[in-house]
Amino acid sequence: MAHHVCVPRLDRRGFLKVGAALSGGLVINVAVPIAFRPPWAAEVGPSFDPNAFIRIDRRGVVTLVMPMVEMGQGTYTALPMLLAEELEVALDQVRLEHAPPNDVLYANPMLHFQATGMSSSIRAFWTPLRQAGAVGRTLLIAAAANRWRVDPGRCRAQRGVILHPTSTRRLPYGELVDDAATLPVPAADSVALKDSREFTLIGTPAKRLDTPDKVNGLAQFGIDVRVPNMKVAAIAISPVFGGKPKSVNEAAARTVKGVCQVVRIDNAVAVVGDHMWAAKKGLIAAAIQWDDGPLATINSSDIIRQLEEASKQPGVVARNEGDAENALAGAAQRIDAIYQVPFLAHAAMEPMNCTVHVRKDGCDLWVGTQVPTRTQSLVAEITGLPKDAVKLHNQLLGGGFGRRLEADGTVLAVKIAQHVDGPVKVLWSREEDIQHDMYRPYYYDRLSAGLDASGKPVAWTHRLCGSSIYARYLPQIFTNGLDHDAVEAAAEPPYHLPNIHVDYVRVEPPGIPTAFWRGVGPTHNVFVVESFIDELAAAAKQDPVAYRKTLLGHNPRALGVLELATRQAGWGRPLPARRARGVSVQFAFDTYLSQVAEVEVTTEGSVQVHRIVCAVDCGIAINPDTIAAQVEGGALFGLTAALYGNITLKNGRVEQSNFHDYQPIRIDEAPRIETHLVRSAASPGGFGEAPTAAVAPAVTNAIFAATGKRIRTLPIDTALLKSTA
Amino acid sequence: MAFTIKVNGIAHSVDVDADTPLLWVLRDVLGMCGTKFGCGIALCGACTVHLDGTPTRSCVTPVGSIGNQAITTIEAIRKTPQGKAVQQAWLDLEVVQCGYCQSGQIMSAAALLTNTPKPSDAEIDAAMSGNVCRCGTYQRIRAAIHHAAGMRED
Repeated sequence: MAHHVCVPRLDRRGFLKVGAALSGGLVINVAVPIAFRPPWAAEVGPSFDPNAFIRIDRRGVVTLVMPMVEMGQGTYTALPMLLAEELEVALDQVRLEHAPPNDVLYANPMLHFQATGMSSSIRAFWTPLRQAGAVGRTLLIAAAANRWRVDPGRCRAQRGVILHPTSTRRLPYGELVDDAATLPVPAADSVALKDSREFTLIGTPAKRLDTPDKVNGLAQFGIDVRVPNMKVAAIAISPVFGGKPKSVNEAAARTVKGVCQVVRIDNAVAVVGDHMWAAKKGLIAAAIQWDDGPLATINSSDIIRQLEEASKQPGVVARNEGDAENALAGAAQRIDAIYQVPFLAHAAMEPMNCTVHVRKDGCDLWVGTQVPTRTQSLVAEITGLPKDAVKLHNQLLGGGFGRRLEADGTVLAVKIAQHVDGPVKVLWSREEDIQHDMYRPYYYDRLSAGLDASGKPVAWTHRLCGSSIYARYLPQIFTNGLDHDAVEAAAEPPYHLPNIHVDYVRVEPPGIPTAFWRGVGPTHNVFVVESFIDELAAAAKQDPVAYRKTLLGHNPRALGVLELATRQAGWGRPLPARRARGVSVQFAFDTYLSQVAEVEVTTEGSVQVHRIVCAVDCGIAINPDTIAAQVEGGALFGLTAALYGNITLKNGRVEQSNFHDYQPIRIDEAPRIETHLVRSAASPGGFGEAPTAAVAPAVTNAIFAATGKRIRTLPIDTALLKSTA
Repeated sequence: MAFTIKVNGIAHSVDVDADTPLLWVLRDVLGMCGTKFGCGIALCGACTVHLDGTPTRSCVTPVGSIGNQAITTIEAIRKTPQGKAVQQAWLDLEVVQCGYCQSGQIMSAAALLTNTPKPSDAEIDAAMSGNVCRCGTYQRIRAAIHHAAGMRED
């Protein structure tokens, strides 16, 4: 999701409300103003809740109710670090709870509702959580100073204790919380926040709070939820999108031991059983026949042809500066290219699932979701229940990558559960998960550039064609036909390009739903822009790094990461034959990043990535170890897509089904990955998605350097790389 | 029909068909959810358990085929020196991201160290390439296995 569309600034002030907890102690609510609310978040409730957000109890235990969800990106450690830094508590004094759905208390100001995505968590809560900590600390100091009748200016807070150094008196927070809850609350922006040089926790590689239970099997993901008297349902969804079950042998399914019930809904069949195996066997016995509906003739080639046609007509202008058309006509050299990236599934390790208990008067949902309020609202709609009767119990996510920004899995589960007496866990097989994902769109891009006699670009045109996710997901910000997400990192490449024209043609593919995927816009656009810049460098007969540097003079942070990455990678040092380096630079999610990939292409055409060096300027790095982990993981996520990721349709059906034909990278193919951080005092940028985008062009540019062959379509077709020599 | 299986030293009697994969017996019948479902056809390793110490994909292991073999799951792997070292190494090197695949990774790594106390990178690749991690924690997994191997000498 793009950041341009969001009104809030990074320094946005939160409104703090402070009061007493029900069971005693201090409660701090952080309400960040939201520019507008989508329909499902429109209702406004009380803005103070004695259980909400931050509680400090009489034992001094700090509870942070996590507005963002943990799916591996480390937010369950980084957000508590922001609070703990200013509240002056150790990280191990903070307990975490998953937040219930509530847009009044927990909305993400960058996304306009309670949602974890767009690499936004740190940017959204950087100021509000530190302010909440500072206000809490100020109140606790005031409470202690009152009790001791001393100047609060002579007291200080340290590791959950207020100290009065001159008299050596000390009081732990737990003994002060009730007093603190009654004191007048200072305005959030009246409390001074630490300068980054004073940080003792932020900037340290703090241990993740969620790790211990993830190494001993105790961590509970959505799929692990067990409710008394719960049944398990296996599902089959129409293999063609929009199809319906035509015939179901319910009697045969019910003869399978452990099967209780067969449920038929509009586009799917579920077999409910005592355990998954019984349900699965029941599903096979049901021998479902499908009415495929009108989309059963769609093939990938139809979709690509449609995109190609659409790309011949102008689109909605995303950026226009100078006169690209004239500059192109007058250029000494003209380069044209077409780039394509495929549909991609998410394939999170935890297959889609949701446990539901629908009753006359209410509904409980146990699910790991990136969008609790959107989910709650959709379920209220289906069931006809009031929203507050739909209780959502959020869980740890076994991977999100954007898949769990959609509520389709929960909607399906609820429709099934409406026919089931008692709670039911609806669990997708891996095949259903891959074949009924909502996919990263296929994009078809047309680019032209003009170079002057010295090889410098004088014109740049880029037309992007593909699905708009925002048009469906959040139409309020799909304005004038422009999807800011789709064009992120294309409309504003980091380079000095004097005559630039970027336009977007929305094309919705028939027969396949599209959705967000780890860094949608940048993941597509950085590949295209960084490959094309590389093409220009080659046309200008210049070194790709030197060429980029001449175009980054105005952009010191982009130049800084490029210099750091290439220096650490040993750019220019000789390599064996068929081995070469490639580079990429990007600015996305408010983070600068440069990657150098060292790649070997065998004479048979196979691609082995040996090493990836990544330089990062994300402003203040909250937890540098998490940054490194996200570089390692993001690069492999992007590399998997570049090497293997390809969802195709044949006769309306997704052809891939499991990890043999939707192949993830494995440990024996994983390159060495190095992270180098630029020290910075700038406000933090987003990070969960950034490293995914930069890797594909670094690798394909290295392939070009090694073989002279330019990859313009992903995934990389190794047949093209076979040596003919 | 009823089967008696020994999980982490405790005997359990379960009444399921003989072809029921051990994975679903553990998760849905016995309520032991540390062992994960990822693919159902032994392609991802998330469901790895030990049968008499041998790493085994429980998603394709029919309960009727197990007999007297001792089943060890993530919930009890700390009781073996290799399992304990691997878990500690995972914490020390902060391997985990979403964590979903890590039960299986740890079970495979513990089995590797039992048979090969000082594995090379190539031996790690061979033993661990059946375990998929979509978060991409492989580099740390490799380092943590080396770390755990060193730990056991101390």
